[in-house]
Amino acid sequence: MTERNNSAWSPSSRELERQGSRRAINRKQVFIAAVSSLLVLGTLALVLVTSPGWQTVKSTFFDVEYGKEVFPTVIRGLWINLQLTFIGGAAIGVIALGLALLRTTKSPTLTPFRFLATAYVDIFRGAPLILIILLVGFGVPALGLKGISSNVIFLGTVAVVLTYSAYVAEVIRSGILSIHPSQRAAARSLGLSSGQTMRYVVLPQAIRRVVPPLLNDFVSLLKDTGLVSILGVTDAVRAAQINASRTFNYTPYVVAAILFLLITIPMTRYTDRAIRQRTNAQSAEGAI
Amino acid sequence: MSYVLELKNVRKSFGEEVVLNDLSLVVPEHTATVLIGASGSGKSTLLRCINLLETIDDGQILLDGKEISDPLINVDEVRRKLGMVFQSFNLFPHKTVLENITLAPVKVQGKSVEEARIAAKALLSRFDLADKADQYPDRLSGGQQQRVAIIRSLAINPRLLLLDEITSALDPVLVNEVLSIVRDLKHDGMTMVLATHEMGFATQVADEVCFLESGNILERGSAEAVLRNPTNPKTQEFLKRVHQAGRL
Repeated sequence: MTERNNSAWSPSSRELERQGSRRAINRKQVFIAAVSSLLVLGTLALVLVTSPGWQTVKSTFFDVEYGKEVFPTVIRGLWINLQLTFIGGAAIGVIALGLALLRTTKSPTLTPFRFLATAYVDIFRGAPLILIILLVGFGVPALGLKGISSNVIFLGTVAVVLTYSAYVAEVIRSGILSIHPSQRAAARSLGLSSGQTMRYVVLPQAIRRVVPPLLNDFVSLLKDTGLVSILGVTDAVRAAQINASRTFNYTPYVVAAILFLLITIPMTRYTDRAIRQRTNAQSAEGAI
Repeated sequence: MSYVLELKNVRKSFGEEVVLNDLSLVVPEHTATVLIGASGSGKSTLLRCINLLETIDDGQILLDGKEISDPLINVDEVRRKLGMVFQSFNLFPHKTVLENITLAPVKVQGKSVEEARIAAKALLSRFDLADKADQYPDRLSGGQQQRVAIIRSLAINPRLLLLDEITSALDPVLVNEVLSIVRDLKHDGMTMVLATHEMGFATQVADEVCFLESGNILERGSAEAVLRNPTNPKTQEFLKRVHQAGRL
């Protein structure tokens, strides 16, 4: 390739003129965007503030003083949600990977397990999470089994893990199936066994491919840990509920919602960026 | 004389379509057998059957006199003796060039990582790719990728090399850098079976040329005999078409 030197280049008068036009177009677009944003958001705010019930809503939902007062208890509850998310997330990752591998295996010894894994995914993906939480949370202690904890935090986590591992298993499985058979053929023709082919060739590529959808599920997981509050776990949602029912002021709910958003919005932004990078990388790679 | 590879009356069909029909072939040591024929004549299927990526419906395949078409055989052990290079390279995109090459020696042959790396680097320098060792495949040109794929298959010291139209996916200017490796290997005495559309190249390396049509070998012999003086009318017709396409 020949040496390309850009330092000696100075734009022609034609190019300078074009750059000027581009700047003018740009300024105009920024101006239009600003005016339209102001109009739309201003109208919305106006409608809200001038509505007949605004004063009541403001004092029962947006009471800043009361918000500050309940903030410590709500954030203590949120810490429970975060713990559930990370501990549950780790368990979900391990179980889902196992399920996905079982569902894609062709090994005859594993046939019964493949069948069980399929049934498991069907059941836990098909039933509403809130029902699973209630069934596990109230059903398991009723069994009276020795050695099984009846701690509601533990049982709530188990219920969330049961449901989410079914979802995540399907995401990982779709990643495994998306790897072109020629990759498997290449690995097998080098003498790698089917297990080695999965471990060194298929799985690393599959996992990389499903990281963005998995991040998406992780955000959902954080939100859904709020559902364990129905078992009486004092998480952020439950803490807000207790305060709200004590005073009939709903500001604690708004505080909890804002706290969740403060965590989930950066996470979703990061996920979007990861998806974009993945798409760009793939188009650069061509067909793979 | 003993053969590295022997095919006896091999038959393979996909559903109703018979792809290989009573096909027999012998490949002596240090020779190159070139398969020519139109797309769909069974060349790729034949190579995939030899590598046990497809199971045959009837007949026998023998490697060094041992039947490998026996369903009770350990397929991984057979494949360790066979190198296969594909039309579409099939490098592992998540591994560097060096990792692509050392994967099988380390995981299959049980070599130490260090030992495998030294051997891989020696092969890379031999084929002028030493500076690409730590690159990922998508940073390489098609020709470079295919050369790495050949080196990857050589790293397991195969008894027999199977090359499936390895230049068909390449830009014409990149074809020669790939074919010159194959010429080198032939010079070193590597036993190989290759499917190709490059007739000039076939003339240079082939000890035997086989013309496949509808799953059978219609004509076989030296490159001189089959490519210059074909006797079968179907071979003549095929070569005429290749000639018109400017590939001879």
